[in-house]
Amino acid sequence: MVALGILLLAAVVFPWVFRLPYHRDLVIRIFLYAMLAQAWNILAGYCGQISLGHAVFFGTGAYTSTVLQVTWGVNPWLGLPAGIATAVALSLVIGYPCFRLRGHYFAIATIAVGEIVQTLAINWEFIGGARGLTIPFQKDSLLAFQFATSKYPYYYIMLALLAICMLVSWRIERTRLGYYFRAIREDPEAAQSVGISVTKYKLVAMAISAGVVAAGGTFYAQYVLYLDPDSVLPLSLSILVCLLAVVGGVGTLWGPLVGAALLIPLSEFTRIQFGGTGRAVDLLIYGALMTIVAVFQPAGLVGMFRRRLGHWGR
Amino acid sequence: MSMFHIPSSEMLIQGILSGILMGCLYALIAAGLSLIFGLMEIVNFAHGEFLMLGMYTTFWMYALFHLDPLLSVPISAAALFLLGWLTYKSIIRRILGGPMLAQIFATFGLGIFLRAAAQFLWTPDFRQISDPWVQGPVRILGVSVGKPQLVASVACLLAFGFLYWFITKTETGMALEATAQDRQAAALMGINTERMLTLGWGIGSACVGVAAAFLASFFYVFPYVGSLFALIAFVTVALGGFGSIPGSLVAGVIIGVIEVLGGILIAPAFKYVAVFGLYLVVVLVRPQGLFGKF
Repeated sequence: MVALGILLLAAVVFPWVFRLPYHRDLVIRIFLYAMLAQAWNILAGYCGQISLGHAVFFGTGAYTSTVLQVTWGVNPWLGLPAGIATAVALSLVIGYPCFRLRGHYFAIATIAVGEIVQTLAINWEFIGGARGLTIPFQKDSLLAFQFATSKYPYYYIMLALLAICMLVSWRIERTRLGYYFRAIREDPEAAQSVGISVTKYKLVAMAISAGVVAAGGTFYAQYVLYLDPDSVLPLSLSILVCLLAVVGGVGTLWGPLVGAALLIPLSEFTRIQFGGTGRAVDLLIYGALMTIVAVFQPAGLVGMFRRRLGHWGR
Repeated sequence: MSMFHIPSSEMLIQGILSGILMGCLYALIAAGLSLIFGLMEIVNFAHGEFLMLGMYTTFWMYALFHLDPLLSVPISAAALFLLGWLTYKSIIRRILGGPMLAQIFATFGLGIFLRAAAQFLWTPDFRQISDPWVQGPVRILGVSVGKPQLVASVACLLAFGFLYWFITKTETGMALEATAQDRQAAALMGINTERMLTLGWGIGSACVGVAAAFLASFFYVFPYVGSLFALIAFVTVALGGFGSIPGSLVAGVIIGVIEVLGGILIAPAFKYVAVFGLYLVVVLVRPQGLFGKF
């Protein structure tokens, strides 16, 4: 509890100690990706359904709030829940048929869905097609979810979103829902036989996961004020989200955050060292790490620490 | 979004024909994946990157030693056999009984690593074999198709036939099949299953090596080239039924044709939507795929 308080305090004072926009931006990205990885973790880590298409929900959140705002002038704070609702609805539409598939089949189906959605977005002129959408700057205020002169509010909004997301996961982990999820992950037949409606709870996990990712999508759109299918819907985003959770520790509360805190700066660092993305050094390290963790430490870094320190994180 | 186009019959025949030719290539790529899955229920998510490495092998043989892609076929196959062998020994063996998550992400990570390594070593540039022996178009059934594509598809069919013969008729092949059906029973019968699994990875990867050498004779070579073909291969295998080698052939050809028809009838941008859409429909109706046992 004390450690948690210190962590939260550190997060709150961080932008006042490290005043460089670069540092602030980096931590905002860490928080954002930690949130996405945590959301993925709810579905894949706890419930055992490995989705390789989570960018779909990120894109849904980003596009819903942006299209509402650009086309009809809807306030992004209303766009946020609208994006969540759309993503939840979409997740049920995708999940209902796809959850009939098991394991590898499910994972491949989610890749296929991701590719279809990205292609449709590229060719759908109403939402900007391949050109994407630019959110015009209106005014610098909390009400408009746009900040130009001081970027601090973005930091705190993202921190709040991440905190909510962590709280949701923490609640899930400790309540009946979490036990249902883990029962389904460990053995769906056994879960079914003790009366857990497997499909229903897979859908619940999917909906929660999609909703959280969509909130991240809306934040991203408001933060960058520009989106296109390549930035919010690519397979590489879906994979990055998995990677952070896998390296940090799948099925653990702190894993995704640990993964994001380590790997997002690593990618920034290699970009500075080697320039641009031309050399793909970050991916070289990411790929190797993913394989090494999967082979030698499937519970991730958090799992490793937990084993070493016994009680840590429990 | 564009409306449906009405194509001429010549265009349609040409499309179907080139779809079938490409489908034979898809089938061979998918067969390697399917063989491995049949043996140990592991999907090689680095399969596309294996293909990419095979294509680079062929390209460098051409660029450095001026070896035609046709002559590189055995070299590429041997290199990939070795890669598959090493992958099994160093990674797969350790995750055989592991959780689903480890099984997926071990090879997924390997794929990301190999792709990044190719980009690191050889830059993201698109490369092409500029003057292969077989090039230019040829006319069949009143329409023209690419000669390299034709040669590639015939060769893939031959390789496919060889693979089928090997598995069903030779002693080693039957031992592989026995291992796929029941590893423990096979071990009790005195089959060295560990050797069979290693061999399965070698042969499965060598299939990709053969396809890669032919593909390199008419397709650009670049670090990300495997991603698209891998996606199609996953879909082909899932459509045909994981572990079913004849299933991959049928599914490969179906997918090749659907891809081209989707491009002609709807719009070129939607050809993969047609492929993935068809896949989703089929696996939802029949989750084990067309020929899957489950």
